Amino acid sequence: MGKLTARERIQGIVDEGSFHEYDMFVEHQSKDFGMDKKIFHGDGVIIGTGTIYGEPVAIYAQDFTVAGGSLGLMHARKITKIMDHAMKMRMPIIGINDSGGARIQEGVDSLAGYGEIFLRNTQASGVIPQLSIILGPCAGGAVYSPALTDFVFVVDNISKMFITGPEVVKTVLGEVVTMEELGGARVHAAISGNAHFFAMTEQECFEQIKQLLTFIPWNNQRKARSFPAKPPKPEYKINNILPADPTQPYDVRDIVKAVADDSEFMEVQQDFAPNIVVGFGRIDGETVGFVANQPLVLAGVLDCDSSDKAGRFIRFCDAFNIPIVTFEDMPGYLPGVEQEHMGVIRHGAKVLYAYSEATVPKITVILRKAYGGGYIAMNSRHLKADFMFAWPTAEIAVMGPEGAANIIFKKEITESTNPEETRKQKVAEYREKFANPYVAASKGYIDSVIEPEETRMLLKHSIEISGNKTVMVPQKKHGIPPF
Amino acid sequence: MGNTKYEKLQIDGVDYKTTFTDKWRNRKNWETPDPKLVEAYLPGTIVNVNVKEGQKIRENDLLLVLQAMKMDNKITSPVDGKVKAIHVKKGDQIPKGTVMIELE
Repeated sequence: MGKLTARERIQGIVDEGSFHEYDMFVEHQSKDFGMDKKIFHGDGVIIGTGTIYGEPVAIYAQDFTVAGGSLGLMHARKITKIMDHAMKMRMPIIGINDSGGARIQEGVDSLAGYGEIFLRNTQASGVIPQLSIILGPCAGGAVYSPALTDFVFVVDNISKMFITGPEVVKTVLGEVVTMEELGGARVHAAISGNAHFFAMTEQECFEQIKQLLTFIPWNNQRKARSFPAKPPKPEYKINNILPADPTQPYDVRDIVKAVADDSEFMEVQQDFAPNIVVGFGRIDGETVGFVANQPLVLAGVLDCDSSDKAGRFIRFCDAFNIPIVTFEDMPGYLPGVEQEHMGVIRHGAKVLYAYSEATVPKITVILRKAYGGGYIAMNSRHLKADFMFAWPTAEIAVMGPEGAANIIFKKEITESTNPEETRKQKVAEYREKFANPYVAASKGYIDSVIEPEETRMLLKHSIEISGNKTVMVPQKKHGIPPF
Repeated sequence: MGNTKYEKLQIDGVDYKTTFTDKWRNRKNWETPDPKLVEAYLPGTIVNVNVKEGQKIRENDLLLVLQAMKMDNKITSPVDGKVKAIHVKKGDQIPKGTVMIELE
């Protein structure tokens, strides 16, 4: 299946027959380079409003068949008009990007147009949900509008995003690369992390958009819609997922599905930094955002990418009144020169910042390992988690028993007649003492040690009693998160 | 997941059974940089080579000019020493990381 037209795309997203187009007769005012003799109908972009599930949305779609969807001043003015409308009416804005880039004949006016869009993306951030769909090229400055929005959708073989295209990359840097390798859908879904949802066809992409809109509210003054509660599917048995040995992997998404209504879990950035899992589901009919370490990939460590991914998701949930449920099982931060030089300190700090800043209900369930900085970062009591649960398998300690014993009992081990035997003994001693949830529970850092099968019930209870959660935050213009 | 191939990742002395991402597999291993190998920190064109092989040089002496990102970048010597070998000539287009000059 190939590319649909701009109009077909809009029809594919909004409720049937609900779309109303604005500014159909707008034309460019440009006179240079023979532009006065050219007419671009609607100036290459369709804007308007419609409904999804009967609720209003604003939408625009760049039309590649008109002047390559190039962005001139009037084209941009149409986009900013519908964005202003969306902001005023507090409804989501959906932007379909399919454009060759700036309309060079219009010079600086075209750049002005981009700037006016970026400004509005930023102002609308955290007020109304902003969705960007990349259904064609989106190159140069144009990429920064999607980058400023909340969710970016890409489609295999259709979406292309880059700051500088393959030709320039070749001329300037001597690097030979195809458009697909440089900025195709798979690249942004798995490597760069610029995209949040990947689909094989445009049709599948539209279904993803509609599914996402069942989970998120229409603006920051509202809560997401409630649905009738459904039990998880019986094939996800919460007692059978977690291996007791803390070095053994499993798929943490099975645990999410074992507590979520109908086992429905809409994962965000599925292929990017898969060592952390984030996404939306429901508990007893109410949307929650799940954040879970994934032992299946890189042992579930926090690193630059996974911290960035989790931090951003948490901030979205917080901005849009979505309670956050955290499942924790992680051995710490990823060691290595590469990570340190990439700035794992400042990236890792994003998780701390996002959890600390969030005032929505925050619930943590420690499944197994909660070591060191990771324990603090993953929505600990110390960052004002509202509810801290731990399974009996939880191990809460400064580091894993092996590493800890090697440090604490270094002298005893080296001076022993049988160092290896002593080491094993000391590891066991440390594990016995700290590799459990009861030390933390004795200090009130954990509220309850719970059986896995109680998890869903307690999540439901926690969310119910948090309905009127009120937190006073000090007056400030804005914080300064570790970007 | 019966046929998943697991790898080992060691953290704080413990081997965890897990899988790797391609991004992790394709990472570059850290190598201590050798200040005596003058590498191109950007891809570009050699505008001029200002030294000869065997020439004695002082720290901060101009070695060559590399045009990159529309700028003439002056590449100077990081150490006192001698030019051991020159691997580029005027007009060469070189990728990032190319060893341009070896010092001793």
